[in-house]
Amino acid sequence: MSEQELRSHVGPYFGEFGGRFVPESLIAALDQLEATYNFAKTDPEFALQLAELHRTYTGRPSIITEVPKFASHAGDVRIFLKREDLNHTGSHKINNVIGQALLTKRMGKTRVIAETGAGQHGVATATAAALFGLECVVYMGKVDTERQALNVARMRLLGAEVIPVTTGTATLKDAINEALRDWVANVDDTHYLLGTVAGPHPFPTMVRDFHSVIGNEARQQMLDEFGFLPDVVAACIGGGSNAIGIFHAFLDDPSVRLLGFEAAGDGIDTPRHAATLSLGRPGVLHGARSYMLQDEDGQTQDSHSISAGLDYPGVGPEHSWLKDLGRAEYRGISDDEAMQALRLLSRTEGIIPAIETAHALAGALKLGKELPAGSSILINLSGRGDKDMETAARYFDLLDAKG
Amino acid sequence: MSENTSPTANRLKANRDAGRGSLVGYFPAGYPTIQGAIDAAVTMCENGVDVLEVGVPYSDPVMDGPVIQEATQTALEAGFRLKDVFTTVREITKVVDTPVLVMTYWNPVLQYGVERFAADLAAAGGAGLITPDLIPDEAKEWLEASEKYNLDRVFLATPTSSDERLKRASELSRGFVYSVSTMGITGAREEVDKLARGVVAGVRRVAPEQNTCVGIGISTADQVDEVNDYSDGAIVGSAFVKAFQHGGLEELKAKVQELSAKINHS
Repeated sequence: MSEQELRSHVGPYFGEFGGRFVPESLIAALDQLEATYNFAKTDPEFALQLAELHRTYTGRPSIITEVPKFASHAGDVRIFLKREDLNHTGSHKINNVIGQALLTKRMGKTRVIAETGAGQHGVATATAAALFGLECVVYMGKVDTERQALNVARMRLLGAEVIPVTTGTATLKDAINEALRDWVANVDDTHYLLGTVAGPHPFPTMVRDFHSVIGNEARQQMLDEFGFLPDVVAACIGGGSNAIGIFHAFLDDPSVRLLGFEAAGDGIDTPRHAATLSLGRPGVLHGARSYMLQDEDGQTQDSHSISAGLDYPGVGPEHSWLKDLGRAEYRGISDDEAMQALRLLSRTEGIIPAIETAHALAGALKLGKELPAGSSILINLSGRGDKDMETAARYFDLLDAKG
Repeated sequence: MSENTSPTANRLKANRDAGRGSLVGYFPAGYPTIQGAIDAAVTMCENGVDVLEVGVPYSDPVMDGPVIQEATQTALEAGFRLKDVFTTVREITKVVDTPVLVMTYWNPVLQYGVERFAADLAAAGGAGLITPDLIPDEAKEWLEASEKYNLDRVFLATPTSSDERLKRASELSRGFVYSVSTMGITGAREEVDKLARGVVAGVRRVAPEQNTCVGIGISTADQVDEVNDYSDGAIVGSAFVKAFQHGGLEELKAKVQELSAKINHS
């Protein structure tokens, strides 16, 4: 295939992956969403609205920061961060949310529902709902409402209803199940504002497109500010939205290696991990065929990660396709490696990353030592770590004992 | 027409010809144990269920409400394995001649191997599959396997399905089309949605020869009777599971008799 074909590829299928494995009840809504999105894509008015909101509300373009002191721990390489943490609401998630909120208005729907793991997508959705005057319900695994309590408070402050999900493993995958059940029942007035590049078509393509602004900006910024393309583009990967967002612009640059770092939890050789692409096999979960963690019978297996946002046993179908094509590589990073990288970036550069993002930083520290001297790595700094202070404080014993 | 060779379609038609309605009853395999589910299913078939649905417990059942979710999760925690569904079907069909359909989410079938699953289901005496998260568009492999093993395939028709989609689901279904009575997941509701009549009318319009049964939200004898006035059968799940949870086989038996009473004597 010609190189250009990778970037221009759209769903429903990415090779053998993707599709629409959902109840018939949702097909009409998916068709409506696809038609609305396809029309919006060709409508200059939509592009203008989106760009204006990004300029005046999201805070785009996000900057690139070179981090030489951090890079000195990664061998002889230069490291650049694409600062999605500086976006309004603190992560890349807002890019997709603003786009889908505009589509919700176009479809005449008045209510949005969302799933959230770390709470970043839930906060972004609650924010857009407040901005656009939409009713908002966020489903969040009960386990996650406890480890990300601050984000629960943020969502409620923004006027959203947060529903803790107690079924199954009470984490992100079960929050998606509950959101799908809500959508089946309320599809007339409700849009499911899915937060990652998983799920049934058109979500993987549409969410990717909304996040592709990350890579488009970053590629141009690298050329304009430094005069070269990076040798490696790296990102953390759970469902895969921030990773595909920065990868997409580089898919047809054969000199650029693409690396996704998954959560390996206790370790890639232990049963407690969320390394879907490294250790899973293809199956159907949440509406699409993709790599997933499952047992012999096709029952979804529990994932484990210190990071709520990566604690997901599935992954977007385009990543499965890129893995099988050999265009992108995926590796696991343990909880401890991620936490050490989080502390290192904080101390060397004064930037506190989200624990999710810290997986990409830890990956770069290891990868840098494998690369030829003078190589460059561009990392998507997908979110900031404010929400993780409680976890970090406990992990590093940062708080004074109560007296 | 291939429907003629479907025991499910034959049973629905025989009831209709006899001036009776039909009751399709759901119970999950492996709940509360493998044998317990077999006993429950046999009880249902012996007391008024015309077509049986055996549910496959699955980790992510997005079409199921809390009652069935809780039951299937219990089955999984008790160690249910996919191969147990074939044992369950075999033991039920040994005792009763009720057509037994398996209702399953798609990933377990995919992982077992679609053709292998079809072969083992046919060998166990199963009539076919109801596939809540497999739409005809994604079902190529299953269409082929079900043809080869002469199995029923039940696709869903919903209030939001276009005529084109209703036609496709109706033409490709074998046994019956599952008309979803309301926009929502499984679980008893006070009033079966009027949307059901519309879905059934749609199926009748595009595929007059096809059977269609109505499910989701049905829990009373009046509802079962009403639904049978305009369709080929009423599908009941949560109400049976709830009765069993509350009072074991005795209460399940009573509930099946209660829900089938009106259609048996009309």
